[in-house]
Amino acid sequence: MAVLKTEELTYIYSQGTPFEKTAVDHVNLEINEGEMIGIIGHTGSGKSTLIQHFNGLLKPTSGKIFLDGQDIWADKNKIREVRFKVGLVFQYPEYQIFEETVYKDIAFGCKNMGLDDNEIKRSVTETAHDIGLPEELLDRSPFELSGGQKRRVAIAGVMAMNPRVLILDEPAAGLDPSGRDRIFDCIKSYHKKTKNTILIVSHSMEDIATFADRILVMNQAGIFCFDETEKVFSRAEEITQIGLDVPQITRVFLELKKRGIDFGKEVYTVDYARELILKHLRERQVL
Amino acid sequence: MLKDITIGQFFPADSLVHRLDPRFKIIMTLLFIIMLFAGQSMICLATGAAYTVMAILLSKIKFRMFVKSIKPIMPFLLVTAFLNILFVNDGTVYFHWKFLKITSEGINVSVIMIIRIVILIAGSSLLTYTTSPISLTDAVERLLSPLKKLKFPVHELAMMMSIALRFIPTLIEETDKIISAQKARGAEFDTGSIMNRARNLVSILIPLFISAFRRADELATAMECRCYCGGEGRTRLRQLKSAPRDYIALAVTISFLVCAVIINILT
Repeated sequence: MAVLKTEELTYIYSQGTPFEKTAVDHVNLEINEGEMIGIIGHTGSGKSTLIQHFNGLLKPTSGKIFLDGQDIWADKNKIREVRFKVGLVFQYPEYQIFEETVYKDIAFGCKNMGLDDNEIKRSVTETAHDIGLPEELLDRSPFELSGGQKRRVAIAGVMAMNPRVLILDEPAAGLDPSGRDRIFDCIKSYHKKTKNTILIVSHSMEDIATFADRILVMNQAGIFCFDETEKVFSRAEEITQIGLDVPQITRVFLELKKRGIDFGKEVYTVDYARELILKHLRERQVL
Repeated sequence: MLKDITIGQFFPADSLVHRLDPRFKIIMTLLFIIMLFAGQSMICLATGAAYTVMAILLSKIKFRMFVKSIKPIMPFLLVTAFLNILFVNDGTVYFHWKFLKITSEGINVSVIMIIRIVILIAGSSLLTYTTSPISLTDAVERLLSPLKKLKFPVHELAMMMSIALRFIPTLIEETDKIISAQKARGAEFDTGSIMNRARNLVSILIPLFISAFRRADELATAMECRCYCGGEGRTRLRQLKSAPRDYIALAVTISFLVCAVIINILT
């Protein structure tokens, strides 16, 4: 059953001024329980606006959003509960840190949910452990930490609320490669452990290709395609045409196909590519 | 919510008012303010109103934007007008209760005050609506340049002004983002008890201050990297040049002002 669903979702910024702009245009989509979804698109393609609708931060100009089949705007007073069920981590979330200690900052969301102290403690220490923050850091000031650590504190703040749907906007933006890998590894293991639905917005096809079950490609305020990873990359050429990058390895295979070596399959991870090439070489008895 | 703030905003368009020299626009705005305060009578205000409407029509900016700029001060205006009605005691008495009197003069004063301030705000917002912050501060710098002889730091003042103006939208956007991020963590800002709301305000203010300081620091470094060292010997890319249309506009403004003064003397 679809955990999140939108119906003709439309959002117009600054309606009625010279700056009017349609950021999301009649979007229909369904996201299933437990899925890992990657969202890609250009700057200004509407992805950030779209995800802010999922937890009710933005109210659609027209159209509806359903969480578990319930229209989230049916009762305006319940919108806060939606935010506990759908956790949203913004881009550069470390800029929202404000408490004196790491512990308190991670606990902020749980506290707002009205959990009791024991539950908060359990949730905070567990999340901190899962995301790779050593326990002695919890009593330190978050402003003394490194960039990557701050980022993890901010993400943990939302994870600790244990939302059924976790949305992350560019969780690895501006981090060095090892920081990136760490963040993505944490998210992957979180997904494995909790089985919660996860949506990740990213610019990097490379990252998304390695973990997404389905990929949503946004272009000019609408859905360009929303399909299983393999099927999305079978349209690699179209995706390149709208100006988005496909993984390097996919580009290599597209070029091979042009030169007459067709593997007949979509390749988007290096491991899979290696397997295919080895198999191909064996068949031709080169090896 | 915060996006509705229109004070200091600039709406680019191609109109006569947009093309006027910003120095002249500042002077005309000052003359316009004098015009409004030149007299106490309705007819006198009518001149100011006519001038504003003319300028608004020429600026090609939607009337709605001006209504928007007046809206936030409306409550203050109404309260002041109400107090004026109660406490100005000259003229014919319409209503009397203990020490409170409603008189013809009281009503007159309040109505004039409301109209005057509405025109004042609409007219002076036109300055920022039609002038980009950069040309505005350029103009301020030029207009104040005689004060340099008195060792007054005119350039520094103008630079501070342009930086401040430049960062208003940035900080508004930043605040919006922080509010959204804290809301996503379940913070409440428009519901809940006052104590709770005040505590939650801290979650906006601290990140906002930190980022303001960070930006200031980055900006200072960036300016130093480009060898900025104050106004001494600094040339500019765009020189302000006055055209015949500027003098015509100024002449029109002055004639409106003279009209207002004459009407005031005659009545």
